[in-house]
This record gives sequence, structure tokens and C-alpha cells, in this order.
Amino acid sequence: MSPSVKVEHLFKSFGNTVALDDITFEVQPGELFGFIGPDGSGKTTLFRILTTLLIPGSGSAEIEGLDVVKDFRKIRDFLGYMPGRFSLYQDLTVEENLKFFAGIFKTTPEANYELVKEIYSQIEPFKNRRAGKLSGGMKQKLALSCALIHKPKVLILDEPTTGVDAVSRREFWEMLARLKKIGITILVSTPYMDEASRCDRVALIQGGKLLSIDAPGKVILGFDQPLWAVKTDNIYNLLTDLRRFEATRTVFLFGQYAHVTMKGKLVSGDPITQYLESKGHKQIEVHKTEPTIEDCFMELMK
Amino acid sequence: MQPIIEVENLVKKFGPFVANDHLTFNVGQGEIFGFLGANGAGKTTTMRILCGLSSPTSGKVKVAGYDVYTQTENIKRNIGYMSQKFSLYDDLSIAENFQFYGGIYGLSVSKIKERTEELLGRLGFSGEKNRILKDIPLGWKQKLAFSVAVIHHPSIVFLDEPTGGVDPITRRQFWEMIYETANEGITVFVTTHYMDEAEYCQRVSIMADGKIVALDTPGNLKDTYKAATMEDVFLMIAR
Repeated sequence: MSPSVKVEHLFKSFGNTVALDDITFEVQPGELFGFIGPDGSGKTTLFRILTTLLIPGSGSAEIEGLDVVKDFRKIRDFLGYMPGRFSLYQDLTVEENLKFFAGIFKTTPEANYELVKEIYSQIEPFKNRRAGKLSGGMKQKLALSCALIHKPKVLILDEPTTGVDAVSRREFWEMLARLKKIGITILVSTPYMDEASRCDRVALIQGGKLLSIDAPGKVILGFDQPLWAVKTDNIYNLLTDLRRFEATRTVFLFGQYAHVTMKGKLVSGDPITQYLESKGHKQIEVHKTEPTIEDCFMELMK
Repeated sequence: MQPIIEVENLVKKFGPFVANDHLTFNVGQGEIFGFLGANGAGKTTTMRILCGLSSPTSGKVKVAGYDVYTQTENIKRNIGYMSQKFSLYDDLSIAENFQFYGGIYGLSVSKIKERTEELLGRLGFSGEKNRILKDIPLGWKQKLAFSVAVIHHPSIVFLDEPTGGVDPITRRQFWEMIYETANEGITVFVTTHYMDEAEYCQRVSIMADGKIVALDTPGNLKDTYKAATMEDVFLMIAR
């Protein structure tokens, strides 16, 4: 099977800033592939190159076997793109936006209605409302409908869930899972590490470099340090004291716990407990825990 | 705990639309208070009222002891505000940004200098104060923006999604700054879409359709809703 997206040794600089630094990866047809990294890590630059909106510095990128520079017109016919910033026409209505986007791809909303039905039907009651007057969640659904209306083979979504509440985020990922079932290749970026588990494979990206590409479960298996979850009655003092403890390697805040790795091999959490007791902590809880993608990301960032 | 924000039956209407529907809550001095809710639940409306930028339709609201109907200028002098969007000036240096905001809050030249040294020292950024802001990574900018928001030692600092898009290490360092600030007695009023950050707050309120539907410590909320995490609590009650 030839890959749906193939990127080899891609570089891109803006002046002295290196935005993409030797990026190589492939995405298989029908795969839901996530790019996970903070703002400024290069996600948008990469997506702008893949959507033929920006020319690579060097290296190559192909979509469905076509080159993003030479064959940009052909690629645009079967690519759906939802940019990070809401970029539909604010002064057109919901329905007019959908008609417009279908029109530029020489199709009609009716021709591909089945594909967008599930998403669009949620905003259809407001079809005469101007796009600029929609709530954040509704704008997101309209943007996705417009990106899908020409039945793309490859869908590229740049941070579709940024600034979106936890409930809407979950709904959005459920929509993506259904699109994947139809066979659309989906590339999606997000700064939310917890969304990694929704993807078939994820690329962790930081400072223009790929830190890791793997299935989310395998990324977690790659975390080769025992990880300890530690909690006491005062989290702020706990962090300060754990950092002063010379046996600790890393100390990070994780919800109501501190996640800790140690310098030496530790079979039980007793040395941590004893140390915290000596510092006067109360209600001490120390247990081994499974790393999350976020633990892995921070480990790889070092 | 002495309340620093007192809200009683706050109602805010826009035409027929009720954005805030009889909100009642207090926030204590030095507390870290998480203000959660789905998009469109009415959080921004409340924040604007608490910052003295908008008047309630009815209800009693006091911030730092001042009335939001008649003493908005006093409120503004006693609060700090920071959001992901409203940040520092990109074409000024770090020191110039501190000078500018210190000046706006009416601090003397010597006081600005003293606070700038103190806050940059804490960030380990003292040697960088002449760097132009646009050359600084986002995570650092957010920490600087937070420092600027407390330059005048306000009673309360309002943080509106302060960590959006920030890398996971910086996000945690940011929260440690929040703890440090609260330890000094500054009240922190924070909104976020990261549910793990809700766990870092002493108390959280969750809004839905203009009402506060839950208000308690994260531990009690998890017990009440028999949920393992704040994310689960949120998913159960935010809609």
C-alpha cells in the first residue's frame, strides 16, 4: 500500500528561525495521525506545506503520490483543510458558506450531503445565521462541514480543539473517529496531550523536530523509568522539598500528585516516604503509576 | 478565610438573554479559585463584571471591598489581569514592558525597578531584561505576562486561560508561579480548559447555561459525583 502522505527530510526556515528541522514521516491511507506539540513547535508550518500553501525550504512532501510543489493544483482537489484560525466568511450565513465551499470544488452540498449530514444537521437549525454570530462550538462544526463538502481523500485539521471546552473536545474526536471509518486519511494537530490516545499514531513535535512517532500505547512503553505518584497535604511544599531531595531525577506536578522519577533503582517508595516524613509532611501517599503521553513528552523534551 | 470577592444574586442580561443567572459565591483572600464551564456558559461575562469592565443588571458584587457599580476605578487599581490573548508588547524589551505596566498602575520609578528585579530574579531572567519580547519563546512570554500582571501587588489576579498552547513543562512551571503568588496572599481567579489544572485549584466552580451548577473543592466534587478525575466531573455536569 502506498502511503497517503509521505514527507522526507523536510526543512523550513523563516529568517534565522528554523521552523521545521529534518522532518520525515509517512501516513497510511485511512489512518488517524496526530501531531502533538506546544505552540511554536512547527505544526502549522508543516500543515501549510502539506496543504500546498507554503513552499518547503528543502526536502520533499507528497500527498497521494503527488508533489506538494509541482502538483499543487491536483492536490487541492482532494484535500480538506481546516486552519487553526476560523477562516470562513463571517458575513455569509451558515448555508451560504457551505454552498460557497461546495461551489469552488464544482460540487453542491446536496451531492455530498451524506458525508456531512451528521455534523451539519447539528447546525442546520441555524442555517440562516451569519457565521460570525455562531458560538465557538458551532463555528467548529461549520468549518469541518466546509472542509468535507467536496469529499476529500485527505483531511488536515490544524488545532481544531484549541480553546474548546472538554465536552466539545470529546464530541469532536468522536466525529473524527466516524470519518476515519469511511476511509478518509486524517492529520490533526493538538496541544492537548490527553488527545493522543484518540489517534492511531502520534508524532510528538517540539522546536521543529519530531521527538517520536509511534502508536500512543508504544510511546508510553518507551518510558523506561519507574514513575512514582506522590501526594501530601501541601502540594507546593511537596514540590519544593522533592526538588531538594538529591535522589530525585525529575519532579512534575500532575493533577493532585507529583510525578517523580529517581536517580537510582528504587524497588519501593519507602525512601521517598521517609524523606517526606523527615520534612514534616502529613497524609503522605506514594505509589507506582503508569506514565501518560504527557510524562513521555516531558521526558523526551529534556 | 476573609472574602475578597463577594457575589450575591448576580444577574446579567443582554436583551432577553440571561448570561449570568443569579450567581452567588465568595472567593477568599489568597485562595486559588478555578472558574470552569463550557464555552458560552457565561464565564467571560462574570469575569468582565469582576474586573469592573461591565455592570451587572442586578445583584450585589464587591471586589477587594469595592462596589462594582460605583467604584470600578478602585477595583481596576487593585486587580491584575492576564490572558492568552492580551499579553505584552512584542516590540518592547522585557524591562520596557515592566516599566510601561508599572507606570499604568502608578508605581514610582524606583518601585518599578525594585519589582522588576525581584520578579525577573525569581524567573531566572535577570540577565535578559533588554531582550525584545518578540524574540522570546511563548512559554517565557506567558510567565513574564503573569509577572507583569502582579507588578503592582494586586489583591486579586485574574487569569483567563493563561496556559493555552504552552508546552507541558512550562505549563507546570506556570502553576508553580501561581502557588507562589497565592502563598504571598494574592488571590488567584483562573479559567482553564485543562482539567488537570482544575485539580490544582483549592476550590472550583462549574458554570452551565449562566448558572453555577457546582462549587466545592476538587476532592469533594469527585466524591459527590463518584468520579476519578475532574475531567469526569466536568463531563457529567457541564452540559
